[in-house]
Amino acid sequence: MTPTIGIKINGVPRQVPVGTRLDTLVDTQGRTGRGFAVAVDGEVVPRAEWQIFSLDEGQVVEILVAVQGG
Amino acid sequence: MNTADRPFLIAGVDVGSRLILGTGGAPSMQVVEDVVKASGTSMCTVAMRRADASTSGSIVDVLDRAGVRILPNTAGCRTAREAIQTAQLAREALETDWVKLEVVADERTLLPDPIELLDAAERLVAQGFTVLPYTNDDPVLARRLQQAGCAAVMPLGAPIGSGLGIRNPHNIELIVAEAEVPVVLDAGIGTASDAALAMELGCDAVLLASAVTRAQEPELMARAMAAAVEAGRLASRAGRIPRRPYAQASSALAGMAVL
Repeated sequence: MTPTIGIKINGVPRQVPVGTRLDTLVDTQGRTGRGFAVAVDGEVVPRAEWQIFSLDEGQVVEILVAVQGG
Repeated sequence: MNTADRPFLIAGVDVGSRLILGTGGAPSMQVVEDVVKASGTSMCTVAMRRADASTSGSIVDVLDRAGVRILPNTAGCRTAREAIQTAQLAREALETDWVKLEVVADERTLLPDPIELLDAAERLVAQGFTVLPYTNDDPVLARRLQQAGCAAVMPLGAPIGSGLGIRNPHNIELIVAEAEVPVVLDAGIGTASDAALAMELGCDAVLLASAVTRAQEPELMARAMAAAVEAGRLASRAGRIPRRPYAQASSALAGMAVL
């Protein structure tokens, strides 16, 4: 079995394979393209760095998208 | 007579229409698309929220298709820290350093928290953002926001979504009188006459959402708002007659027959 780590995605605890990168994670959420942004532990991760950003145990990931709003 | 209006500039950019449309409150993406078109707007606001697989359609696609500028907001933020992080995420998501800065004090009134707002504005300006703050109708706070380097000030007419119109027109006039950046009347607009009044008071533009998106016929109201903003702008440029306590005849009295 692939070893996993526990992280949080948008407040929900999740197990993902060790070495999961942000680009894979965002893709598996069906989220690519313009309008999306990602923060890890409260820090914005620029899109250009998603493919080299490996997640660690316990990290808190927020994936945001532009929605209708005032 | 010069009939051509000067362009509506924010931070040196010609924004276009003086009607800025919020996209919140629309029952569907189709309604957003319809009202954007009917209003003739050139800039629309969006919010940033957690991505959810159930989100249907992309507001960004709709607005890109319409060819309007996207202005992300920091709606829902209660502290400067939250608002700054949201602005940073929006900048990354939408490739714009423009932000409608909202820092509200509580859910019930959604009134801006002036202390957190000014703090966030100063820090975002320092980080290179073009900051358009949603603010109270307080001339002193508006002055402080300008001094902080904001690219516009956006005083409320009344609480967000209340449709109560412009509760303190005199304060709006005071803000306009000393503003060196554009003044955008933001929030409280209920119907077309409110938008016209904002422009007559000297505001450079109007930002509204609910008045259109929650109207019984959103597309019709979008057209009404476009007409109202234009009428109010023309009236403001034309210069209204002074108010008088008594009548002033418009027909000459000279030459009256003696009957």
